[in-house]
Amino acid sequence: MNASRGVALALAVSIAGSLALVVIYVVGGSIQQQGIGLALALGGVGTAIVIWAVALIEAPIEIEERHSFATGREHAVVVDSGTGTQEISRRRFLARLLAGAVGILGAALVMPAFSLGPQPGTDLFRTAWRRGLRLVDLGNRPIRPDDLVADSVTTVFPEGFVGRPDSQTLLIKVSPSDLALPSDRAAWAPEGCVAYSKVCTHAGCPVGLYRAKEHLLLCPCHQSTFDVLRGATPIFGPAARPLPQLPMEVDADGYLVALGDFPEPIGPGFWDMTHTPADGG
Amino acid sequence: MAAEPMLTWIDERLGLAAWARAGLRKVFPDHWSFLLGEVALFCLVVLVLTGVFLTLFYVPDATSVTYSGPWAPLRGQSVSAAFDSVMRLSFEVRAGLVMRQIHHWAALVFVAAIVVHLLRIFFTGAFRRPREINWLVGIGLLLLALTMGITGYSLPDDLLSGTGLRVIYSVVIAIPFIGPYLAFLVFGGEFPTPEIISRLFVFHVMLLPALLIGGVLVHLAILVRHKHSQYAVPGATEENVVGRAFWPSQVFKSTGLAILTAAVLALMGGLIQINPIWAYGPFDATTVSSPAQPDWYAGWLDGALRLFPPIEITALGITIPSPFIPGVLLPGVAFGVMTLWPFLEAWVTGDHAEHQLLDGPREKPLRTAFGVAGLLVFVILTLAGGNDVVALVFGVPVEAMTNILRVAIVAVPLLGFGLTYRICRELFDRREAPGQRRASVRLRRTAAGGFEEIEPD
Repeated sequence: MNASRGVALALAVSIAGSLALVVIYVVGGSIQQQGIGLALALGGVGTAIVIWAVALIEAPIEIEERHSFATGREHAVVVDSGTGTQEISRRRFLARLLAGAVGILGAALVMPAFSLGPQPGTDLFRTAWRRGLRLVDLGNRPIRPDDLVADSVTTVFPEGFVGRPDSQTLLIKVSPSDLALPSDRAAWAPEGCVAYSKVCTHAGCPVGLYRAKEHLLLCPCHQSTFDVLRGATPIFGPAARPLPQLPMEVDADGYLVALGDFPEPIGPGFWDMTHTPADGG
Repeated sequence: MAAEPMLTWIDERLGLAAWARAGLRKVFPDHWSFLLGEVALFCLVVLVLTGVFLTLFYVPDATSVTYSGPWAPLRGQSVSAAFDSVMRLSFEVRAGLVMRQIHHWAALVFVAAIVVHLLRIFFTGAFRRPREINWLVGIGLLLLALTMGITGYSLPDDLLSGTGLRVIYSVVIAIPFIGPYLAFLVFGGEFPTPEIISRLFVFHVMLLPALLIGGVLVHLAILVRHKHSQYAVPGATEENVVGRAFWPSQVFKSTGLAILTAAVLALMGGLIQINPIWAYGPFDATTVSSPAQPDWYAGWLDGALRLFPPIEITALGITIPSPFIPGVLLPGVAFGVMTLWPFLEAWVTGDHAEHQLLDGPREKPLRTAFGVAGLLVFVILTLAGGNDVVALVFGVPVEAMTNILRVAIVAVPLLGFGLTYRICRELFDRREAPGQRRASVRLRRTAAGGFEEIEPD
């Protein structure tokens, strides 16, 4: 087959593809048909042009001269005779003042960008958890320790703040004798129930996986692994801090209730996280 | 011929004939590796065309609506208007899904073509004087392309891309002193915020494309000004360009390549599923999908986050959060070295001369070895970005996989550096072309039982 026949054949394929594409569109064909139709329609034209270029066009090898880029002399002419340059060097003070004024104008014009976001303030230090708020599940139901199945994990929120991202908390019930919490937190685990922030202390993903047998919480994003029995201390992966533990107790009606906010900022770290925020929160 | 009076008419008003004639006769060296940048350019054209279509249907709004479309598993669920519009585009708009998939594939191939183009420039030394400025423009274009990719990827507001945004937010607040302020400015508050979707949209369809297209025009204008660099083919010198005229041969070839690029993207968009947001579901701040991998060009950044040891230092009341080094410092240094490479190399080698003839990689063993080592860092980090998937494939615990990769990220690039240097030196010293067969020695057994060499013909 000679090249011009090849070109004609490829163009014929393209025409068929284009017509098919129109039919497919009108009758509502599948995405696969659309893709193949479009690929044939385009591919036919493309192939035809390439065959044409390679086999039919006679293009001799040509040589074009190249010139160096430095335009030295002409440049010198601009510097020497250009009144602009002399003008600037003569009135150096005014030129500097002009540059300064333009710079300050630029800074002033950037100011509206600060409308884009609030100051962080205490937002990164605090969640919605407060003393006396009950732990509720996604269905807004308060929880008794007896409702929990051992080694199961439940996502809970402060009552009235269901779904609030920074307050999502994991509630896990384990055998109290297995727990090895720091002594100052021993009281935060009524009947073997412990609650940790669900926001990973590495890059903020929800710590969504629980290996019940080993009592390990695993973050699926970067595989940080936290030991539930030892205060959610990180034992593997890039997270360097434990998941903050929620102080809680059982209230008079037998429901789990928070004793306050998390003792440390939750989630990913930031430079002044060890400072106490201004309002003492 | 009707075209001629028309051209005359135009020339009488714009006086461009001489300029156009020179342009059409511009000589292009003929080598496949000069087409890599063109593939990127054609992907950009496909991206603009499909992107305009998508923009007409996309709703940049985080307001909650109830999904009531034809995809049964999500019906009745609360989703954002943005997610809802992408679902409608995918299931109810005729040709909507194929456009979406072509757009996504074109984006992935776009970045890939840019990277391969960059590697060609690097390994052949095409960044040397007088092309340093165009190297800088090119790095800027790569950064813009990556930002385009990440902003576009996040627009459907699905669970996977939302997780990506969350990680980006966490990396930004990790920057010492300015992190929290910067993150609150970009996101409009503590993650997740409703503002972010409409902001990403404005950047993705307005600001970044304008910069990207403007940058491409500058990139091409400088290329025309410089004329192509060339390989040391017969007749090629530092003072000329050897090749074929732009019209008609190169115009035909490039047009053909453009249309074939679009054809391949159409085939991929039609046949290979990508980003099925209906399988991921809408973004929800309290859940995460597993395994979660970003698009290929961001995998190395996620991999660096996964491999970095759990180090978070607090000194003088200032904390350096653990994502800062792998998430900010590492890419900063990587792009910094890449950006400055032409100047670093000229400074180290003392070679400040103009170069129009390209190097073979073996002719510059140190540069080639550096490039290979950098590439290996990228490959290992990308693997690390999928360490959970890789571990699953090989049936190893993910912890073991991570530890293996922690060793590999140091050992493999060093090994690659040494090996590449050695291979380049040996090839260069022997003056052998790759794949060239060694001259063979032919022996003949003599009547006495010994052997003698036959002279080559």
